[in-house]
Amino acid sequence: MSAVSAAPSAVQREGFWNSRVMRRFRRNRLAVFGFFLVCMFLLVALFAPLLAPPPPVGNNCLRDVGAATTAEAITPTSSSFWRLMFAAPASCYQIARINFSQIPSPPLKPIQTEVGEVRPLFGTSSGYDVWYGIVWGTRTALKLAVTVVFFQLLIGITLGAVSGYFGGWIDNLIQRLIDVIFAFPSLILVIVITSLLGKSLSYIILAFVLVGWAGYARIMRGEVLKTRALEFVDGARALGASDWRIIFRHVIPNSLTAITVIAVLDLGAIPLTAAALSFLGIGLPPGYTDWGQLISFARAWIQGTAENRLEYWYVSFFPAITIILFGLGWNLLGDALRDALDPRER
Amino acid sequence: MTAFILRRLMALPLVLLALSLAIVGLLQTLSPAERAAAFVTNENQLRNLEAIIREKGLDQPFHVQYWNWLREVLRGNLGFSKASNQPVFETIAERFPATVELTLFSLFPILGFGIWLGTRAGLNKDRFIDQFTRVFTVITNNIPTFVLGIILLVIFYGLLGLAPGPGQVSPENQVNLIINPIPRVTGMLSIDALLAGNWAVFWDVLHHMFLPVITLSTVITAGMIKVMRSSLIEVLSQDYVRTARAKGLPERTVNLKHARRNALIPVATIGGFVVLGLLSGALFTETIFAWPGIGSWGAETATRFDVPGLLGFALLSGILTVLANLAVDIIYALIDPRVRFD
Repeated sequence: MSAVSAAPSAVQREGFWNSRVMRRFRRNRLAVFGFFLVCMFLLVALFAPLLAPPPPVGNNCLRDVGAATTAEAITPTSSSFWRLMFAAPASCYQIARINFSQIPSPPLKPIQTEVGEVRPLFGTSSGYDVWYGIVWGTRTALKLAVTVVFFQLLIGITLGAVSGYFGGWIDNLIQRLIDVIFAFPSLILVIVITSLLGKSLSYIILAFVLVGWAGYARIMRGEVLKTRALEFVDGARALGASDWRIIFRHVIPNSLTAITVIAVLDLGAIPLTAAALSFLGIGLPPGYTDWGQLISFARAWIQGTAENRLEYWYVSFFPAITIILFGLGWNLLGDALRDALDPRER
Repeated sequence: MTAFILRRLMALPLVLLALSLAIVGLLQTLSPAERAAAFVTNENQLRNLEAIIREKGLDQPFHVQYWNWLREVLRGNLGFSKASNQPVFETIAERFPATVELTLFSLFPILGFGIWLGTRAGLNKDRFIDQFTRVFTVITNNIPTFVLGIILLVIFYGLLGLAPGPGQVSPENQVNLIINPIPRVTGMLSIDALLAGNWAVFWDVLHHMFLPVITLSTVITAGMIKVMRSSLIEVLSQDYVRTARAKGLPERTVNLKHARRNALIPVATIGGFVVLGLLSGALFTETIFAWPGIGSWGAETATRFDVPGLLGFALLSGILTVLANLAVDIIYALIDPRVRFD
């Protein structure tokens, strides 16, 4: 733990970029690659309206942001552009449905619609624009991940710290609650909750938060038990600090290292679990911009035709590669962070 | 030790009680009519929702409803599953062996390949085989089960035409099994076929099992390799390994007897995660490959708002998880003499 409490002063002296943790992180080429991937996904999510602009036909996004044409919607001087960027209406999170054709259409092949010809970049499956689904699905994924991890951390850190700091009956109560949550595979708990509540992004968030805080709380409790025994906490108490001040100002900040790594790994894992659920048909409503649905469309097009056995490769390829790269990026980043922050590895 | 096991087993009913309370509680957020929908199987019932609500007591207060449910469960009646169109208990009894079968066959690659490659990588740290293993685990660890299943299907079924169609046996063998049924001793089709000497069915099931087993085991195998490697590297730096070398023991004896045996201890502890991973993975693997186990049924109960089925599935996974964790603790105590239970 001494390495952790020494870290802030080291950062101040050498600057963040040259700190030991960052130097170790930069040396790890896989970590840099993971960081690059994660940044790429963040940019895709941020600039989704420019990468996959709301189409004139397929969903009601254009109407709901109050723009007449796609060009108007992505002009930075228009108000609809800023709405798309930071407060996109729900209809923008519907995958643009170009037609109702069951048969997939290959990438860039022109399709006639009522407003003229369109060429979907990644093709269509079940009439849905795959590129639109992937780009706006990145937004869905990150929105979900950030919200869920935020609330999990809030509840997990608070309850874990309280549990570890006070001990006694409150510790016992919280730990038994965690035992119950841990007695079930978290995926199955999330499935039970979402399928009972219904299909909506907020219910998925609720389900993940209800199940996921326990892991953080348990780690936090262990860390707090360690930190609590250190001299500076006694020092703070001797100076007359209250319990809550000690918890929030001294104990929690010094116990965050282990939590950070898990949180980063969770940011990558939660969207994948959500995608897996929606692949099964649980969680998000049909047509919602989400990678799992795109994969579930692919189930019907595994076999190509007799002439070309890979005729419909694009239906599964693009969503699959997106999901794999997303998981890879966050995992490499999380693992590298774990190695870099580990005080035992010098 | 016996006291420890009994204490852990005593916690099981409490855990299940807590879960069922939570689920029935969660159901209270829905209106009685919405809850009645869980029991609707035909159009006539749909017109008569009121009757269902009255019959099942869905408009009663929470504690009454919960007591009704609990009373039935204690009588051994878990309700009727819409998804499988038969009682929950019978569904589980019928489908569970197929999931166990898939899990058992998945243990071969997980234990065999995982421990073997992990050992090779750990013994040859930073050499080619280790670098190769690292790339392999980074890739396989990051493909979600449902994506891997689809990719394997596209390659082996769509492109190469090597894999058989969905299900556990091909249609012709299915017909054969109806005409000449084999005695169901274990409930696992492959093993029953083997016992009955029906080689055609046995090979057919193995053929059908190939892709699901790879799909189910890949992620867990990657985890196994990682744990085995790091555990071995740690053990190799221990004093007793140096002592063994200093005594002049052959390299092979040191590596396999002194190092690998001790490196296996942490591997046993991830056994619990293995069971959890297999159980969760079965949901997707069985759904993709239409494997008639509890995973595919569980997924269907969730999509079809089959509340009794979902409850039964959740309770079953709770029991399995608690038992798996208990088994891991016992194995841990058996292989590591430093662990003692009070």
